[in-house]
Amino acid sequence: MFRTLRWTILAATFAAPALADEVTTFTLPNGLEAVVIEDHRAPVVVQMVWYRAGAADEEPGVSGIAHYLEHLMFKGTDTLAPGEFSKIVEANGGADNAFTSWDFTGYYQRVAADRLELMMQMEADRMRHLKLTEDDWQTEREVVIEERNQRIDSDPGAIFGEQRRAALYLNHPYGRPVIGWRHEMEKLTRQDALDWYGRYYAPNNAVLVVAGDVDPEAVRALAETYYGPLDPSPDIAPRVRPQEPPQLAERRLSFSDPRVSRPYVTRSYLAPERDPGAQEKAAALTVLAAMLGGDGQTSILARKLQFESRQAIYTSARYDGSSYDDTSFDLAVIPADGVTLAEAEAALDAVLADVQENGVDPAQFERVKARLRAGLIYAKDDVGGLARRYGEALTTGLTVADVEAWPDIVDAVSEADVKAAAAEVFDRRRSVTGWMMKTGEEEVMQ
Amino acid sequence: MIRLLAAAFVALLAALPASAVEIKEITSPGGIRAWLVEEHSIPFTALEIRFRGGSSLDLPEKRGATLLMMATLEEGAGDLDSQGFAEAREALAAGFEFDANDDSVSVSVRMLSENRDAAVALLKTALTAPRFDQDAIDRVRAQVVSIIQSDEKDPNTIAWREFDQQAFGAHPYASSRNGTLLSVAALTRDDLIAAKANVMARDRLYVSAVGDITEAELGALLDDLLGDLPETGAPLPPKAELGLKGGVTVIDFASPQSVVAFGHEGIERHDPDFFAAYVLNQVIGGHGFGARLMEEVREKRGLTYGISTDLVPMDLGWTWKGGFASANEKVSEAIGVVRDEWARIAAEGVSDEELEAAKTYLTGAYPLRFDGNGRIAGILVGMQMDDLPTTYLRDRNSYIEAVTSDDIKRVARRLMKPDALRFVVVGQPAGLEPSN
Repeated sequence: MFRTLRWTILAATFAAPALADEVTTFTLPNGLEAVVIEDHRAPVVVQMVWYRAGAADEEPGVSGIAHYLEHLMFKGTDTLAPGEFSKIVEANGGADNAFTSWDFTGYYQRVAADRLELMMQMEADRMRHLKLTEDDWQTEREVVIEERNQRIDSDPGAIFGEQRRAALYLNHPYGRPVIGWRHEMEKLTRQDALDWYGRYYAPNNAVLVVAGDVDPEAVRALAETYYGPLDPSPDIAPRVRPQEPPQLAERRLSFSDPRVSRPYVTRSYLAPERDPGAQEKAAALTVLAAMLGGDGQTSILARKLQFESRQAIYTSARYDGSSYDDTSFDLAVIPADGVTLAEAEAALDAVLADVQENGVDPAQFERVKARLRAGLIYAKDDVGGLARRYGEALTTGLTVADVEAWPDIVDAVSEADVKAAAAEVFDRRRSVTGWMMKTGEEEVMQ
Repeated sequence: MIRLLAAAFVALLAALPASAVEIKEITSPGGIRAWLVEEHSIPFTALEIRFRGGSSLDLPEKRGATLLMMATLEEGAGDLDSQGFAEAREALAAGFEFDANDDSVSVSVRMLSENRDAAVALLKTALTAPRFDQDAIDRVRAQVVSIIQSDEKDPNTIAWREFDQQAFGAHPYASSRNGTLLSVAALTRDDLIAAKANVMARDRLYVSAVGDITEAELGALLDDLLGDLPETGAPLPPKAELGLKGGVTVIDFASPQSVVAFGHEGIERHDPDFFAAYVLNQVIGGHGFGARLMEEVREKRGLTYGISTDLVPMDLGWTWKGGFASANEKVSEAIGVVRDEWARIAAEGVSDEELEAAKTYLTGAYPLRFDGNGRIAGILVGMQMDDLPTTYLRDRNSYIEAVTSDDIKRVARRLMKPDALRFVVVGQPAGLEPSN
């Protein structure tokens, strides 16, 4: 498998490691949940604060507000000037940034372990004391629109992905882009941002993850000092979003753009996510994705489409069960020269039908399980990655117990489970098929 | 309150040890030298192997041979065909990454302690007995071709291709290491065998290992894995002549945004002024939010999502490059801001406050790089290839600390040439005239 291949968009999800003895949790009286992960190999720490607020929590008409507010969180507080937060982190030799998704918004700093107190002081400060001046919010709106230009509108693959996602979700807000639709982004206001901030940015809607060379008791004491005095938000309600109706008609989208160099076909199925206390189905789908597309040479799609029939130059399968509501199982095929999109799609469907009918190869099944188990060992080398797993789980409805049970649940998946999961999820009525084409060389979609 | 606390912390900064990483320089019984960091808390080892020369060793009409060779190494070796090799690797849960860059090719390995011998035996077949079966070559070639085709439609790649072409003329650095559609189509099995012989030799070998392995175990492993490689490879190409001239190049590309690649000559890695230039670059366009260009172009004016610059000291040529993207109607203004800042700093230097912020950032960020066995192994090989001693890890921050305001002024005057900046703009920029 060729590492630098540009279409490596879709990676397999690996099991989270069991590190129960190195993970400590506590909750402050104001509702802040905290997870401490110890790794004493280097004198470094990561602080992350995750809010249970993402693009799927936005009201209709203000798409992009979660992400826009993420930008504005660097604009200063009663005690910090705009931009000063990052400057202090950098002046302390640290790196900081933030990220927004459909289910969460997160902020992190990586610094020397002895700087944790300062990071906590500043992160706690901006949890409740953000200040936005007239200048700040308008300039930053230009910046997020440039970000949209760069990430989406300059990239036909991203444009089409946005359209396909909108088609996959008939009713759920997961159909909206995290960055926002441009016409709505252009109208976002300071008040929109402050409303969002006031409602969601509070200790009872946040998860603190501290990972690295730290003592859990010391972290708790610091958290009590800095996060402890913050008032909870009275507006935090259970997250109830519009759910999908029965999906009865498959959707087929075609798109062409002069910037496309090679056509490709995608297929996304609506799929169940990991639920608290009920992760078995997601575990089976995780193994299924690893078997279908987890390795560029040995996976089922690679073997059948790239090696045997040679109809494809690249294939992928991806499933990420970390999601509050229904997620998706995504497949893609880039046809070889002389192979049409219709032929590539038929070849993909034949593979999916075969898995549902005949199950998977036992030898490959064992190899994939071995790889997933080894993933637990390799994952211990990346404490930042562990921190992300806990933060993501706790903001997508899971508990620490679910995170810790996950490796065993994945390990317990049987071949029959994988076959059954394929049969349940690969239902065309609940899918979107995409044909990406080059302008002037379109194929008629069938 | 917060400001005071921050100031108090800054003073402690230099105390953080990157030297928590304890390097052993070893020589195997068979004479292969390597750097080792023993880290037994997790039962796996990361091994990084590099050979100097990389894709620069491609002959002009064989451009892309080194990269195609590296990408085909794991597509069948010894008794195993491509599928068989991949299945064996998967069963061991080992990771082998083969890559080609302009100055080196690399093999990045991670393997579990429980089956390390088997993983090494498998890897050895790829390094010493790759099959280069015709069907494997053709399959990987098709992937490379698709990347070349995709690059032709990618505004970032188009911009940097043009920049490199203007900068390096006939040198291998001027063109993509992927090769061209024409050159890649013509590559044969013999070309791959020749490319491997040119680059994978012991006279240009650099190795480091980090993880659950002892000195004696590593020595035996290296002799077994690398001892059979040929002693010498092909001579390195000559230094590149920099042909870059100041001005604006516009390449029409239908997109709402223009992508800009800009830069001029840089500085050699071993130049006495390198550290001053490195600190200066951090002030101007370092990654992060404090840098001058990020402040002027993004924070004050909202003209871009991000802008940064880098010194790129390759083995055979050095440039100082930057990049950003702006809406077509804003890009002309953004380029003006970059030029103005470049001229201002060349004339005035930077403030003491900016200098100190850059130094504290760079010294503090250095130890954060050492997070994970694979990353540490990569850094250690990079140090060996830069001809640095193991003590560099300990001393590096003192070189940053030693940079003075006068150094910055001198180096800014010496290196920053606003009129020499070449901007390559890919998009449909409004009100921007190309110049030669």
